[in-house]
Amino acid sequence: MFGDVLIILVKVVLTLMWTLLLALFLTWVERKESAVMQDRIGANRASVFGLRIFGLFQPFADAIKMLFKEDFCPTFAQRALHWLAPTFSFFFVSVTMVAVPFGDTISLFGRRIPLQVVDLNAAVLFVLAMLSLGIYGILVGGWASSNRFALIGSLRGAAQLVSYEVALGLSLVGLIMVFPSLSLARIVEFQGGLLFGFLPKWGIFLQPLGFAVFFLAGMAETKRVPFDMPEGESEIIGFYTEYGGLKFGLFMFTDFLEVIVLASMATTLFFGGWQVPWLGDAGFAFPGGGRIGLPPWAVTVLRVLSFNLKVFFFCWLQILTRWTYPRFRYDQVMDLGWKVLVPLGAANILATGLILAVR
Amino acid sequence: MIKAWRVLRELVRGAAITARHFFVNMTFHTLRLFGIRTRRRGAVTIQYPEVQKALSPRHHSLHRIRPRPDGKPSCVACMLCVTVCPSECLYVEAAEDPDPEVQKLPAKFVVDLNRCCFCGFCVEACPVDAIRMDTGEIRLASLTRAGLEVPLDKP
Repeated sequence: MFGDVLIILVKVVLTLMWTLLLALFLTWVERKESAVMQDRIGANRASVFGLRIFGLFQPFADAIKMLFKEDFCPTFAQRALHWLAPTFSFFFVSVTMVAVPFGDTISLFGRRIPLQVVDLNAAVLFVLAMLSLGIYGILVGGWASSNRFALIGSLRGAAQLVSYEVALGLSLVGLIMVFPSLSLARIVEFQGGLLFGFLPKWGIFLQPLGFAVFFLAGMAETKRVPFDMPEGESEIIGFYTEYGGLKFGLFMFTDFLEVIVLASMATTLFFGGWQVPWLGDAGFAFPGGGRIGLPPWAVTVLRVLSFNLKVFFFCWLQILTRWTYPRFRYDQVMDLGWKVLVPLGAANILATGLILAVR
Repeated sequence: MIKAWRVLRELVRGAAITARHFFVNMTFHTLRLFGIRTRRRGAVTIQYPEVQKALSPRHHSLHRIRPRPDGKPSCVACMLCVTVCPSECLYVEAAEDPDPEVQKLPAKFVVDLNRCCFCGFCVEACPVDAIRMDTGEIRLASLTRAGLEVPLDKP
């Protein structure tokens, strides 16, 4: 009993720490990656005792700056809600990470420990629900600010997130039809098989259209630049007009957490989660007939590494997208959501159903 | 439908361009990190305080008064620069020069960098080519206004 609680606690702390650390450094990655894309160098001045290692201390410098800023709340704002909104946003996004399996089960001290905080049997729904609840951070933040621009931003945000929620849900229905489970751990296990004897049975190969719709809708959910209706930096400042200091920092941090959540969801659902292609419990078994035996610890390490690499890749891809495309107009966002992604998602369900019925 | 494919193609092309920049630049950055010199660099950035670009020969920087061979300023206090200055940032006080060939020299020659717009008209106007803006001193900042009132009469 005590051991179980301890294991859960350790897993919660480790997962949270790792995610927060990743989000913290994603701010640095974003600045550096955009710089490299634009033939610049990017933040490289933050140093500790003259040690600059590519400006890796920049996130800490930013965090310290945020901490020491004034905790400002306008007199006309609803004080309690104004304070609660960023925590809403932050909490609902960071809590989604508990459902993501980041590795196989390991055996430690005679126990089998799955490398996942909790194996919810409706994890897909849980993640979708938590992402939807994240809207409350935006809505409450905009409403509590009692500022017209903030309110416009939050209403736009609510409209955008609700409509993309639909596309997001539809895109996953096809996947759930193929891998008949709502548990993320089960879905990842299903993806361990082979397709046609050589292709790893990943969601992307079974549901390419589903992945495209999922990723686009997910990018809209993260409300970063091509879809930054709630923020709208260049027209209205959006729902965090009246926020500053650490509360604004939390909102911004939430954006980066959402990038990680989307990356890990895309990895888990469509790219095999912790599965390494052709790696079984005993080692590699290539379709050509070659075999490489590996000890269990190496297999586990490879799998955790594979999960993280995929997550890094999708974070990279999202940042690339954010710095490549100009932002949509509000009506274009709505058009893309309702006229393109929702019908495509529905078509995907239909096609998947037909194929499953015929087979 | 055809339009949708075109849009998709352009989207992919855009991403390919930025991704190409990323990978090419990363390659050069990595090569440099491992000490391999390449002709091309990963970024066009000049890391300013450490590395400074050579200034163009026709740049305008902090003014100076050219000295005469005997060390005195070659300015004859004719006030043409003061007259032509559009920002009225020059202040010249004339004094008598013992040399009868020269007659006048500045007792005080102050340029107020709070006001100066670095147009270079004073350089153009000077009949004896005494004032120039070629010191190369472009880091002109001060914590006080008085610190930006630079006396030029000590060459």
